[in-house]
Amino acid sequence: MAKSDILFYLATFLFCSGLLITFTKQNAIMILVGIELMLNAANLNLVVFNYQKQNLDGQLFALFIILVAVCEAAVGIAIILKTYHFYHTSVPDQINELKEKF
Amino acid sequence: MISTLFFILPLLLFYTVIVVYAERKISAFMQDRLGPMEVGYYGLLQTVADLLKLIQKEDILPAAADKKLFKIAPLLIFVPIFLGFSVLPLSPAWQSSPFSSALFFLLAVISLDVIGIIVAGWASNNKYSMLGTVRSAAQIISYEIPLGLSVLCVCVLSQSLDLQEISVQQGILVKDQANHLFGISAWGVDTTLTGGFITWNVFRMPVLFFVWIIFFIASLAESNRAPFDLPEAESELVAGFQTEYSGSRWAIIMLAEYAMMLLVSFIGVILFWGSWNTPLPNMGSFTLADWTTGSPGSISFQVWGIFWLVSKTLFTVALQIWVRWTYPRTRLDQLTSLSWKFLTPVALLLLIICSLWKLLL
Amino acid sequence: MQEFVLYLFIVASVVSILIIILNRNVFYAALALLVCLISLAGIYALLNAEFLAITQLLIYVGGVMVLIIFGIMLTNRISGKPLYVKSQNWIAGISISVGLCAMIVYAYTPMTLQTSSANTAENHIQQIGKELMSTYAAPFELSGILLLVCLVGAALTASSFKKNTHG
Repeated sequence: MAKSDILFYLATFLFCSGLLITFTKQNAIMILVGIELMLNAANLNLVVFNYQKQNLDGQLFALFIILVAVCEAAVGIAIILKTYHFYHTSVPDQINELKEKF
Repeated sequence: MISTLFFILPLLLFYTVIVVYAERKISAFMQDRLGPMEVGYYGLLQTVADLLKLIQKEDILPAAADKKLFKIAPLLIFVPIFLGFSVLPLSPAWQSSPFSSALFFLLAVISLDVIGIIVAGWASNNKYSMLGTVRSAAQIISYEIPLGLSVLCVCVLSQSLDLQEISVQQGILVKDQANHLFGISAWGVDTTLTGGFITWNVFRMPVLFFVWIIFFIASLAESNRAPFDLPEAESELVAGFQTEYSGSRWAIIMLAEYAMMLLVSFIGVILFWGSWNTPLPNMGSFTLADWTTGSPGSISFQVWGIFWLVSKTLFTVALQIWVRWTYPRTRLDQLTSLSWKFLTPVALLLLIICSLWKLLL
Repeated sequence: MQEFVLYLFIVASVVSILIIILNRNVFYAALALLVCLISLAGIYALLNAEFLAITQLLIYVGGVMVLIIFGIMLTNRISGKPLYVKSQNWIAGISISVGLCAMIVYAYTPMTLQTSSANTAENHIQQIGKELMSTYAAPFELSGILLLVCLVGAALTASSFKKNTHG
């Protein structure tokens, strides 16, 4: 297996495990961690594909992804802290005030 | 690469022993005391004795602590700082890991330090440690911004992130560009061949002196030194994040703290105060700058470079000690408001002034 | 040597991701994410993306990770007890992610990486700077606005408005 294939499979693994973490973990911060992993998978792919090109488009795209990821993390943590302040829990399933009670 | 390891590690240990002694003596002098006097002549061996004591001490692991993390945390604090030393240009012909974004790398490394502190505080499982950790995270994150902006001002001037390139520009070894007095080419005072302190960055662009003040304050906060030593405020938090540490692990944490002081001083000297360049200018037939730089390729070239760099750096370290024993500790709200409401806007303003200076003059 | 280091980083990132998935302690998961991000930075550096590697270190490890750990601490009431997280939907989660993984691997055709044509330019950073200021000027400015908006938004969201108290 060539180096690029291994890196591609690593990126796939990163993305899918990020998805798995987002699905399974019952904690808002872990969901954020999963999203970060998925963004990093995209970044890794862009860098690997950029490696064989003459221009720097892939790297610059990855740079902008990092930037957006930072914004997402900052706002996400702020929201998580605020919800924790109101509901005293960081488990998204427990914040179910709007859910219809049977 | 290996040669730097063999130079930096002994330098770091020797420096720590000397600076701990110097700190005690300077503080004693400032408070009209004598300081350590018993061990050795004038207490010179006091730090060595202390080190021996620390190494002999029992390595205490608190029962409720997170054992694995507690053990590796001191190394997590020390290793990033030690990494930072690997890119420093020590003399005109000696930079261990030359790469074009060394300055950027140094900024990244300084910010990695906080991870170790957080792990140490969390693993200790102690209220004081946790409070110290939360303070330290807030402090290091908020002071990274003025620090980054002040470094950016230098990048604007030197148009490079390579530390060796930045160093070369500040002396008589500069090749493909001319230096002018205060960076104003209209005056026509060419200082390219004069060298000395006149071509240091603070003299090539006088605004950088104010930038250096911001850099100095931010670097004090980054290395958790007084007046910003809130993470380990001994009078309120016992010892902050290092409360539970003792013996050799505590020694490593202290080593990391002093290494951080040295690292930020190195960066300050390289960026603002002429790096390894001699402070003595060429004056007519007295070519002091040439004499104290050495001829390229010879051994004196290396020795002079290291001598000037290290002596200027140690002077900055002395300045940090002086500040520590002069100013009282700030409150947490004062600390953050100083960073966000004062240092960051001023640094932004200075960045604009620096850019205009570079563009127009 | 370089190959070996690359494989080391790959193994480190895979192991750390497995730790994130299988470990129940949130703090350990955050530290594993840290290891994963650092090894990704190493991989970027070995793929001639030196600037991106350092950006990853500076922004992810020094910024986002500290934010996440800070979040863990503040949602843990500084009690000192390890914060365990429950998990759910294992069957659905595993089937979806493994299915996606299989789809991506099926759709992928192996390629060879031409290492010769890679951009190993000396003034890599100058190139990135020029690109940012010319081709990518619009996204660059927009990202500045995005950062500003997110800064203000995060500060407003996290701060508490109390009319009766000072500050």
